[in-house]
Amino acid sequence: MALRQCAIYGKGGIGKSTTTQNLVSALAELGNNVMIVGCDPKADSTRLILHAKAQTTIMSLAAEAGSVEDLELEDVLKAGYRGIKCVESGGPEPGVGCAGRGVITAINFLEEEGAYDDELDFVFYDVLGDVVCGGFAMPIRENKAQEIYIVCSGEMMAMYAANNIAKGIVKYANSGSVRLAGLICNSRETAREDELISALAEKIGTTMIHFVPRDNVVQRAEIRRMTVIEYEPEAKQAEEYRQLATKIRDNKNFVIPTPITMDELEELMMEFGIIDDIDESIVGVTAAAEAAVA
Amino acid sequence: MAALTREETEALIQEVLEVYPEQARKDRAKHLAVNDQSLEKSNKCITSNRKSQPGVMTIRGCAYAGSKGVVWGPIKDMIHISHGPVGCGQYSRAGRRNYYVGTTGVNTFGTMNFTSDFQEKDIVFGGDKKLAKIMHEIEELFPLNKGISIQSECPIGLIGDDIEAVAKKANKEIGKPVVPVRCEGFRGVSQSLGHHIANDAIRDWVLENRDGDESFPTTPYDVAVIGDYNIGGDAWASRTLLEEMGLRVVAQWSGDGTIAEMEKTPKVKLNLIHCYRSMNYIARHMEEKYKIPWIEYNFFGPTKIAESLRKIAALFDATIQAGAEKVIAKYQAEYDAVIAKYKPRLQGKRVMLYVGGLRPRHVIGAYEDLGMEVVGTGYEFGHNDDYDRTIKEMGNATLIYDDVTGYEFEEFVKRVQPDLIGSGIKEKYIFQKMGIPFRQMHSWDYSGPYHGYDGFAIFARDMDMTLNNPCWKQVKVPWKTAESSNVAVAASA
Repeated sequence: MALRQCAIYGKGGIGKSTTTQNLVSALAELGNNVMIVGCDPKADSTRLILHAKAQTTIMSLAAEAGSVEDLELEDVLKAGYRGIKCVESGGPEPGVGCAGRGVITAINFLEEEGAYDDELDFVFYDVLGDVVCGGFAMPIRENKAQEIYIVCSGEMMAMYAANNIAKGIVKYANSGSVRLAGLICNSRETAREDELISALAEKIGTTMIHFVPRDNVVQRAEIRRMTVIEYEPEAKQAEEYRQLATKIRDNKNFVIPTPITMDELEELMMEFGIIDDIDESIVGVTAAAEAAVA
Repeated sequence: MAALTREETEALIQEVLEVYPEQARKDRAKHLAVNDQSLEKSNKCITSNRKSQPGVMTIRGCAYAGSKGVVWGPIKDMIHISHGPVGCGQYSRAGRRNYYVGTTGVNTFGTMNFTSDFQEKDIVFGGDKKLAKIMHEIEELFPLNKGISIQSECPIGLIGDDIEAVAKKANKEIGKPVVPVRCEGFRGVSQSLGHHIANDAIRDWVLENRDGDESFPTTPYDVAVIGDYNIGGDAWASRTLLEEMGLRVVAQWSGDGTIAEMEKTPKVKLNLIHCYRSMNYIARHMEEKYKIPWIEYNFFGPTKIAESLRKIAALFDATIQAGAEKVIAKYQAEYDAVIAKYKPRLQGKRVMLYVGGLRPRHVIGAYEDLGMEVVGTGYEFGHNDDYDRTIKEMGNATLIYDDVTGYEFEEFVKRVQPDLIGSGIKEKYIFQKMGIPFRQMHSWDYSGPYHGYDGFAIFARDMDMTLNNPCWKQVKVPWKTAESSNVAVAASA
């Protein structure tokens, strides 16, 4: 099987890292060779696989050694649960330096050092929530990830973010082979959430590949720095992640997305009662002014 | 070759513009003009200080070049850190021939390259810590430095390093001025914005240092020379004239200059501006804040020197005015002899210039003193106030070109057929290969000084030895000689 490179995007705090690690564990359980590349300065994309607080990152090791050229692959690549290979790009503390450049440097290093070997079936890039600059788009450029999965929920901001990420994919899809491969709904238990995300997926030209329900076992496993797959393989939630993994393994539905306008998105949300009809007469009116009128 | 008429010059511009695509043609047309001395304002005929067109060969530099290379670099007792990757500092090191007195590496640092030498990790994690460390290393290795400036290269502006905070902290720790300069190369359209940013940094971090401190004894004759970079010793040749007429030169900005001189400048009675383009900002600021008047002067060639000396003297008392006359009289025999020797050899020769700063207009008088005529001139990074000052200096129907492209310059030269071109190193070999005598007018072709009466003698000699060099008679096109064309015909037969 040829190597498939996938990137996981989505609004910050939506559960990208947790979903990715559980999904990857399930793929490994199915017999696949998988690597996770964390593309976030926080470096929390591999802790559940490695049972670690935070993995030593490529950039911090490079800073210690002098330059990235002084590093060897085995310095940065750690194997965890079921042999899943883990690497974190790393980057600066908030407010200094250039995290985007860190991602670019790290991914170039992995390529040059031959981290993407023939044994691998899947690479997953777990990318920082907001694609604020070109560095965080690195995983979806030419010859990197070709399948993008967007993690979202039925909350308004998560859907805005999903639509915006779709816009970003269009830009790179037209010049390369990157495609949108589906939405993963990580449930927040909002009303008619599965229908809503399915409807959004349809509008932007893809599908909701799986609806992952909310379950406290995820948090229980996380406290132990484990995935549900490893912590409690018989749990119902583990089965959900296995289903997600199977669907991704068998996925053939790769599209250039058709992101929708803000108006269309708001209309969709109104339809599902996420937001009320917009009453233009109240825009910009303070509570005090309202009270004065009443 | 006879001078072109206004109509011919206009037609030439149109013909040169012809090859451009429509948008470029429209843009470049605004930057090319036929001089008309009757105009008061240059904006009637020329546009300047705009972004260069992509794809043309422009000769411009960047904001870092304007700050580090021009304004700050010559301040000899400070250490100027090229903050960022190594190239910007290393490839511009010691390139401008700003002469200075001192022991390099001990109490002066002009020709050395100090850089934070950014690596990948500095970009990713930020360079503030490294910069702070460098300051202390400098202090330890070069304790006689009088201050540090931080010259930002492009990445500093991208990764958001807080160099101001580092500078303030280092200033407290070291007890010497530490000046952060936000002259990232991508800012602005040319080096011109770098000059402005550098001036602003002096205003904000240096000029007030001795406010309220009256310990420096002043005289009524204190002046500062602003905008002389002492290329080949220019400022020295200028300073002597001012001192001989009775003035006291308190500061040289910034050729052979020191930070102490800059700090004392707010105490002077008059600021004398040579390079208006790169330092008018600080002169205007001192006028506003310290009520110090300023005037422009021109020390190229005896006519302009005498004019300038009298103009400066008119702002002082009779002693200085008499001093100016004495200076002019003293050197008259000298410069008359220079003119007597070289004018017959240079009379009627036509010159085209393309340089930066003040030279496109300031050297015209010196050429005219030698009987030569400037038939085309232009600025790399001038603004319209520069062109306002140029219109009156140039003859009617001469060519004026702003941010000229490599192509335009070559085409103009082919048609105008000047006897001499004055421009930079990038132009030199192209025109020499075209068989045209050429002088570098940025570096004085490693000669100089050209300022003052001393400089004029060297200027005249250099122009003569270039223009009348016997080598030009040896330049023959082999396939155009009778003999070789016969050979060619024979070979093809």
